[in-house]
Amino acid sequence: MKRALLILALVAAPALADDSMPAAPYAYVQLENPAQEAKAKALMETIRCLQCQGQSIADSDAQIAGDLRSQVRIRIKNGEDPEAIRSWLVDRYGDYVSFAPRVNSLTWPLFAAPLALIGLAFVLLRRRFAKGGA
Amino acid sequence: MTAATPQATARWHLWLPLVLFGAFVVLLLYGLLRPADRDIKSAMIGKPLPQFALRPAAEGLPGLSFADMADGKPKLLNIFASWCVPCAAEAPQLAQLRASGVEVVGVAIRDKPDDLKRFLTRNGNPYSRIGADDASAIQFEIGSSGVPESFVIDGKGIIRYQHIGDIRADQVATIVTKVREAGQ
Repeated sequence: MKRALLILALVAAPALADDSMPAAPYAYVQLENPAQEAKAKALMETIRCLQCQGQSIADSDAQIAGDLRSQVRIRIKNGEDPEAIRSWLVDRYGDYVSFAPRVNSLTWPLFAAPLALIGLAFVLLRRRFAKGGA
Repeated sequence: MTAATPQATARWHLWLPLVLFGAFVVLLLYGLLRPADRDIKSAMIGKPLPQFALRPAAEGLPGLSFADMADGKPKLLNIFASWCVPCAAEAPQLAQLRASGVEVVGVAIRDKPDDLKRFLTRNGNPYSRIGADDASAIQFEIGSSGVPESFVIDGKGIIRYQHIGDIRADQVATIVTKVREAGQ
């Protein structure tokens, strides 16, 4: 009984892990045109894998990341703009899918705060120097 | 009185950076300790399904296209696969939904007809149609990030509700309600 269970576990384990279909055409194959491949790679490095969320689709070996890589490469091959592909993904999954931050109603303080601080520092320093000079 | 005020203000100013730092630490801890929500929700709710036509995934069952979804009746679109364990776990709940009068259609992700046949024999078949999505293409189109996921689609082919993960027994009623709402 124990042995039967062990054998079952060994046989069943690969079935639990993933599917047995071959990878999508451009999941592990680069585009023939190096300039296009460079564009695709730059984009893929900034798109989050939907399953292993700390990784980009360029880094991840998850099947869904492979399928997305293939789709990105095919779209680039067909002349689509990388930023248009990013927007296509953000429209479906929200901002979280992109590693490249965008300025919007939620994130603007992140971009505005450093500018405000630099401005404040400038004002304070000028006042101090003006005092010192006088 | 007039002499004490500037001094008191100066002392108060002295503590301000520490207070700000404390507030920052509290914010940081809140962000760190809050239970993380790892679900990526679809941004396609309220938007229509794309035009698509998937070949039949299993013997004896028709495939799935946009026209099949926009036939006037609300449906539950179940994204699943025979190699996905939670998909087997939700099979009784899908059967229950079917019994409650919900039409369940399937999209099988990266699946083989033989594997699918075995899966349906073992777990039962709640589906009226199953389309084969060999490159996760429909999944990307509707903002689904894994298996299983279920979408309530109204009679015009518009996505009304997303359920992420396997459907548990206590979630069946919610889904029946959502499908009924989509039918109104």
